[in-house]
Amino acid sequence: MSTLSRTGTVTTDRAKPRRLPGVDGVWVAIGADSVIFAILFGSFMQARLHNPAVFEASRHTLNINLGGIDTLILLTSSWSVALGIQALKRDLVDRAPRYLLGGVLTGLMFMVSKSIEYFEKYTAGIAPATNDFYMWYFTLTGIHLLHVVFGTSLLAYLWIRSRRRAYSSLQRVVPECVASYWHLVDLLWIMIFPLLYLQKAA
Amino acid sequence: MSVLRERVTMVWLGLIVATCVTTWGLSKALFSPAVAVIGIFTIAAVKVSYVMLDFMELRCAPIPVRVAFQAWPVAVAAMILGFWFATPAVG
Repeated sequence: MSTLSRTGTVTTDRAKPRRLPGVDGVWVAIGADSVIFAILFGSFMQARLHNPAVFEASRHTLNINLGGIDTLILLTSSWSVALGIQALKRDLVDRAPRYLLGGVLTGLMFMVSKSIEYFEKYTAGIAPATNDFYMWYFTLTGIHLLHVVFGTSLLAYLWIRSRRRAYSSLQRVVPECVASYWHLVDLLWIMIFPLLYLQKAA
Repeated sequence: MSVLRERVTMVWLGLIVATCVTTWGLSKALFSPAVAVIGIFTIAAVKVSYVMLDFMELRCAPIPVRVAFQAWPVAVAAMILGFWFATPAVG
């Protein structure tokens, strides 16, 4: 798309200055968190390398349907929050709260789903100490769940503030920081789910 | 602002379809483990890439930052697949 400016020069979307949403510090934190999770994924694969039979047998006890539904929930949550940011950019400040509320509710849904899954494991007598696979399962999903709880709390804060019209196209740094973090939570789960639930043994 | 016309909505729909394909398609016994695992992690890397580009808005980020973040799903998927092929077969 191109536009004609008052001076008569044509500017295109490509000419728009490139920018990171929010503040740079959040992106440093997101990058650091991503690297930490990559190291955890590598450590999981190394542990699996030494005991593939136990990992495969244990993997079969996980609820793939719940894991898949969790992924759909987080993708929908990210989408809703992304729509909230788009609404703020266009100064549709009345619409932003409903999208942010969508993010909060889907975050809560993920927590409920994970609680059901943990309860299933607990009633089956499965704990982190059962074997290496379950230690990794509870560690990776547990750390991720903490990210979800933190992110949902931040989204709830944004929702409350946005209902008071605290944010707009000119005041959207905080919503952009929270949204970027929330999308990180989504993309981490996109990798954790196949790593733990779908990775068949050779 | 029509939600249906938003690019993020198209991306979300694609991600939902890809998730259904991997969760309830590729994970079934129809495919050999190697084909299934390569397919599942390739799709996961592509999904992460789209989340970064369109939800996190890295499409409009400075090029070095975009390249650095886009390397993450590629490196992670390659590492997982590398370990997978190095792991002895079960049974």
